[in-house]
Amino acid sequence: MALDDEIKKRWAQSRILLLGGSAGAFKLLFRLVKILPVNLNKTVIIVIHRKKNFFSEIEKLFAENSRMLLQEISDKEPIKGNTIYIAPANYHTLVENEGFFSLDVSDAVWYSKPSIDVTFESVAEVYKGQVTAVLFSGANQDGAEGLLKLRQKGALTIAQYPGDAEMAEMPQAAIDMHAAEYILRTTEIFELLEL
Amino acid sequence: MKGTGTKDAITGTELNELIDIVKKIHGFDFSDYTEASFKRRLSRIMMLKKLEFYDLKHILVNDPGFFQEFLEEITVNVTEMFRDPAFYKALRSQVVPYLSTYQHIKVWCAGCSSGEEVYSLAILLNEEKLSKKSFIYGTDINTGVLNEARKGIYSLRKIKSYAENYLFTGLPGSLTDHFTMMYDAAAIHSELKQNTLFSVHNLISDTGFNEFQMISCRNVFIYFETELQYKILDLFYRSLCPLGYLCLGNKETIRSEAFRKKFKVINQKENIYQKIGS
Repeated sequence: MALDDEIKKRWAQSRILLLGGSAGAFKLLFRLVKILPVNLNKTVIIVIHRKKNFFSEIEKLFAENSRMLLQEISDKEPIKGNTIYIAPANYHTLVENEGFFSLDVSDAVWYSKPSIDVTFESVAEVYKGQVTAVLFSGANQDGAEGLLKLRQKGALTIAQYPGDAEMAEMPQAAIDMHAAEYILRTTEIFELLEL
Repeated sequence: MKGTGTKDAITGTELNELIDIVKKIHGFDFSDYTEASFKRRLSRIMMLKKLEFYDLKHILVNDPGFFQEFLEEITVNVTEMFRDPAFYKALRSQVVPYLSTYQHIKVWCAGCSSGEEVYSLAILLNEEKLSKKSFIYGTDINTGVLNEARKGIYSLRKIKSYAENYLFTGLPGSLTDHFTMMYDAAAIHSELKQNTLFSVHNLISDTGFNEFQMISCRNVFIYFETELQYKILDLFYRSLCPLGYLCLGNKETIRSEAFRKKFKVINQKENIYQKIGS
């Protein structure tokens, strides 16, 4: 199925690419990080569920394979274009009006810290329609509410087709909540973001 | 906990209005708090208490008893024993050898919440045979959490997760060696409580109260704007003895040049610094 011009246009106009996922999303995000072009001209923010005290070295692995500049978010980090940011473990990541990140150690949401909902909702408040957000595979419903908030604010919201997801619950929750404007096959997501 | 539990975000004007009320009536200044998380906390209180924004303002003005509760909800009191085990490892290998050369080791744990970090440090100093000459001051703006801290009793559910952290620190034995187990909770051994003192202190408005060999203020700065962070860093600088240590949360990077001149980096990743200059 060919992607329509509308979605292509909205993606092209986005300033922020938000990617959220949990179980089953790691490999996909890794592949995405590898193909995103160095001149993407957007800010990429990745929130992936991860365990504290489990030094998976995600950043290192991602950074080594990314063409774009990639870094883990630290507190009050300025948000720059052409950079991939990864939410750190054991904190929630928020964005501020003035264009920087802030961190928060408050309670886990859906047993998750970082929570996808928290970051998505915060990005929705600040960047509204300037966002393209994709919710990938995961075994709980974190992210669905955040994706809905993004959609309400005019962002382009996409859920991975649950049939393609290793764990369908996360994108399915978003779809059930009408948070996803588009439901795309994995190949379509890659086709879109590679443009 | 399920769901973010937030309603529609509060507007900037509403936020300023509320900060103004709290400042004028209760004397607490939240104007330099990081906005996004502060708004999130406000929405949370409104949801928990089933209050609209107007009602929240009203109750803050007219119900004097409500403010303490507000203060406890607005500030994040989530803490862990041995949060970031690598930090405690770094303390043992890079800081303790120097701390042990002092006659007295006074430690200030600023923003100590329910005391978990104070007792983590107490356990660490005890394992290093330094507890006899150590004293740890825990401060926080909330009286409620300080009462929890003084008790030193934590639920088994929490202890289980703290015990997992402990294993990663490389300290001998297990966390429960330092606790007396009760039915559904565990109490820290009384000798570990001996050299601790908990009291109210507001980092935004209060001055220093002693000279310390080490100050630990971890995951407090994330709630403050950069300018306020610098103000408090100055307070910490003045409260440290020459060559004293400052520990910040491991994602609380300080980007100021002036700061770099006053503190030497001991461990970049864990954000441990040493006071230099005079």
